[in-house]
Amino acid sequence: MKHLLTTSFLVAAATGAFAQEQGGRLDIVVQPEPPSLMLGLVQNGPTQMVAGHIYESLLRYDTDLQPQPSLAKSWEISEDGLTYTFHLHEGVTWHDGEPFSAEDVVFSADEFLRETHSRLRVSLNYVESITAPDANTVVFQLSEPFGPFINSFEAGTMPIVPKHIYAGTDYANNEMNATPIGTGPFKFEAWEKGSHIHLVKNEDYYLDGKPYLDEVFFRVIPDAASRAVAFETGEADVLPGGSIENWDVARLMEDEDTCSTGEGWEFLAPHSFMWMNNREGPTSDERFRQAVMYAMDREFVRDVVWNGFGKVATGPVSSRTNFYTDDVTDYSHDPDKARALLEEMGYDGEPVRILPLPYGETWQRWAEAVKQNLQEVGIEVEIDSADVAGWNQKTSEWDYDLAFTYLYQYGDPALGTARNYLEDQIEKGSPWNNVEGYRNPELDAKWAEAAVTLGKEERQKLYTEIQQEIVEDAPVAWLLELEFPTLYDCKVQDLVTTAIGVNDGLRDTWIKQ
Amino acid sequence: MSDFWSRFSRNRGAILGLVLLAAVIIVALIAPLIFPKGPWQMVQRPFLTPFATEGLPLGTDTLGRDVAAGLAYGARVSLLVGLVSTLVALAIGVPLGAVAGYYGGWVDEAAMRFTEFFQTIPNFALAIVLVAILEPTLTSITLAIAIVSWPPVARLVRAEVLSLSKREFVDAAQLAGLSNRRILLGQILPNAMSPIIVMASLMVATAILLESSLAFLGLGDPNIMSWGYMIGAARTVIRSAWWLSFFPGLAIVITVLALNLIGEGLNDAMNPHLNRKGRA
Repeated sequence: MKHLLTTSFLVAAATGAFAQEQGGRLDIVVQPEPPSLMLGLVQNGPTQMVAGHIYESLLRYDTDLQPQPSLAKSWEISEDGLTYTFHLHEGVTWHDGEPFSAEDVVFSADEFLRETHSRLRVSLNYVESITAPDANTVVFQLSEPFGPFINSFEAGTMPIVPKHIYAGTDYANNEMNATPIGTGPFKFEAWEKGSHIHLVKNEDYYLDGKPYLDEVFFRVIPDAASRAVAFETGEADVLPGGSIENWDVARLMEDEDTCSTGEGWEFLAPHSFMWMNNREGPTSDERFRQAVMYAMDREFVRDVVWNGFGKVATGPVSSRTNFYTDDVTDYSHDPDKARALLEEMGYDGEPVRILPLPYGETWQRWAEAVKQNLQEVGIEVEIDSADVAGWNQKTSEWDYDLAFTYLYQYGDPALGTARNYLEDQIEKGSPWNNVEGYRNPELDAKWAEAAVTLGKEERQKLYTEIQQEIVEDAPVAWLLELEFPTLYDCKVQDLVTTAIGVNDGLRDTWIKQ
Repeated sequence: MSDFWSRFSRNRGAILGLVLLAAVIIVALIAPLIFPKGPWQMVQRPFLTPFATEGLPLGTDTLGRDVAAGLAYGARVSLLVGLVSTLVALAIGVPLGAVAGYYGGWVDEAAMRFTEFFQTIPNFALAIVLVAILEPTLTSITLAIAIVSWPPVARLVRAEVLSLSKREFVDAAQLAGLSNRRILLGQILPNAMSPIIVMASLMVATAILLESSLAFLGLGDPNIMSWGYMIGAARTVIRSAWWLSFFPGLAIVITVLALNLIGEGLNDAMNPHLNRKGRA
């Protein structure tokens, strides 16, 4: 009986696959306009959303962060966790007709990205050699069993760039950067600055029948309200997460032709928190920081400011990321506990400044809500203001008391989380490293050990210990696991199928006529 | 004085303006008494409609803050910014215009070129740039508004002084041996006061609008509740919560209208000879 059930399920799945219709055009809003489409050089959100369909990496990840084939059709990891062997698809060509081979992968990872991609370099530091034994095989040899390495093959982390165009050139100034050449399902056609980016179907794509869409337009619409209107009038079919204000998300979702999904952010898992300056002022006292945690009503903010989207963060690791634990100190809203802690430390009413994230109304309201929460327990608060450049400046030069931010997790604590808490990540000039100035040498050792420990259970044990201790110390004030729902016209099918959603998903997307 | 008052009160609009402005001023003064919790306190569920909940006549905003409290405290900010920035603008514009008009020659040339330098840049654009550079605080906003509003004052005062200094009483004062400084301060400026006062009342209105526009664009002092901030914050929800932008908008309209009516009344009262509208 069980066997029978499985079979009928397979049949159903197969029929589903046949129903996919060819053709059609998709209009997606991209916000803000990307600075460049050369994914090997620029990896910010908008660039990745467009260029993630032009360039590919070896793997993709499903919404449970499990690796799936992309340029590599299969792969093996040796028992000792040191050798990664990838078998590439055959008959893959670049958009300019040149054949793609393992040499392109070696060039991209070992030369191009080592020079241009600082985030990937963290992983590449564990890589001893990258070789191509034959045209369709790539072998990464690691010096230590760096577990998160398997998460490094996403398009924004390791985009494969054409060796025949970039080898021996000045990458940043190569004139081909303006007309990107990749292996992906869509080809670059035109870029009307300030209006749209036009991609067309790659007729020679190596997967039969894919992609289904004929063309994709990424529309640039500078004002959030206008973006919502464009969606309502049908001018745009897809509003990627974060492209309109939360109030409008809730309003548009009421329409029955509008579908929405919160999936597609598992790999990035945007995690919001406030930096708390551990070096000086009241925030240097652990009790003060804990008081801030207790004082904040994060559920209120989730329900009111974020219209119910998101999840209260329990600590440094997102529940969507591997090796998460919720077995940590519980900082539920408790003003009395906060007052008691402040009394214990003898807080003298020295005012603290809050620096909101200059990303629109939602973040401003959030800062105002936190200010009220803190004032209720007796903390003197002033809201600072800064534009994006000023915010970068103030956080990276440590000129703040409390500062809002959110960072991506990249699927593994060693990739997206550790950087904010390690002592060797304390360095002025970056708003993404250990900006708060937390020092805990004992934990540093554990982070280092966890990164190269073999076996999922052993890693989980170490990361659980780390989370428990760090949450107790409260070096930063964790806020919410942000959720950016993607809104789309219900005729659009299979839009979000991967852990980075519309950043690489259009390969499988089709439109029901 | 009674003469002035009777001419002023002949303009019905001016009386209405005066009443409205007095009401705004009173609300601003007693705001802390009616709303002791301040404008930022989250008092109830968000998005309560007006006239529906007891104690919250104008409803609550996106975070559950009392809109009425926001309006009352916003009045303080608007009036304060309007008044102070106008005083500062007068303090720059009047001396500059007076000196330019009285001494003439290269002094006049230099002062007027300097004034034109400011006049060629659009007011609002310059104000945005100044606030953005200085970082938005109440002081920097007031200062920025003053800096963009003084040039018209300078030009007006210069024109007045130019025409007054050709008059006989100035010649008489010169013959009497009065110093230039005393003639300017004691004889000419007092006679130029009426147009300056009229202009100042209108400048307060413009300054309030400027402050609101800046706050609307997110360039307000983030620690201060102002009308422009309220509208700016409500802009995103205008389709679902009209009252959040309507009431502060109404407050701005009323205040600015009141100041304009008063300005016109002052003009009628102080320049009786103009009698522009041929009123009986």
